[in-house]
Amino acid sequence: MDIQFVERNGNLVVKIRGEIDHHTAQNIKYAVEKEFSASNAKNIVFDFAHVGFMDSSGIGMVIGRYKELAKIGGRVFAINIGTDVGRIFEISGLKRIIPCFAGLDEIENNIANA
Amino acid sequence: MQNRTEINFLALSQNQAFARVCAAAFATQLNPSLAELTEIKTAVSEAVTNAIIHGYEGYTDEQWIFMGCEIDGNEIIIEISDKGRGIEDIAAAREPLFTSKPDEERSGMGFTVMEEFMDKVDVHSTPNKGTTIEMRKKITT
Repeated sequence: MDIQFVERNGNLVVKIRGEIDHHTAQNIKYAVEKEFSASNAKNIVFDFAHVGFMDSSGIGMVIGRYKELAKIGGRVFAINIGTDVGRIFEISGLKRIIPCFAGLDEIENNIANA
Repeated sequence: MQNRTEINFLALSQNQAFARVCAAAFATQLNPSLAELTEIKTAVSEAVTNAIIHGYEGYTDEQWIFMGCEIDGNEIIIEISDKGRGIEDIAAAREPLFTSKPDEERSGMGFTVMEEFMDKVDVHSTPNKGTTIEMRKKITT
């Protein structure tokens, strides 16, 4: 599992490459918390383009960041959700609280027009 | 066709990926679709996670998880057992969003995912003896 961070226009993009389960979700949580607090970003964008597997531990990890950011007025988004991750998002109801977009451009347009 | 395999592994989180890949590899004999394989992998991952973080919570010595996979006709039956704390109220534990660890970012969706992805999920548990989860899925494609 490997994580890359890109900061753009107030969004911290978290590009995860690998599988998200209980084992890796904890590492992702710590890495994202550390990177976010050192950044100037307001929102977190999880990029699932290279996530080959995710179980419900991923739901907990994303909701955890949603709750943390809600306290400080930030938001959490998801991009590049494939079929497998998409089903976990739907079953868990995560789709109702985490807006999913095709890519970062779409999020920026959405925020600009809001 | 009838076939069976059994695996024992230590209750370590790095073995979650090992367990789900083993179950999926065994299931390939039934020629499942990629979606069905993902469903099996996800259900196994949930059951093994439960055994590690709930079943063996607070246990410090070496703990083992047993996984049995069986093929009966076009059905795969996967059994995952621990010898841990057990579940006192199984019905409550199976409720969506139920978690005994609200501070640890657990979604409480483990059993919901297992039920969604498999045809049948049976839970047998005795406090301080352990838990066995038996999941069945017919491969129809």
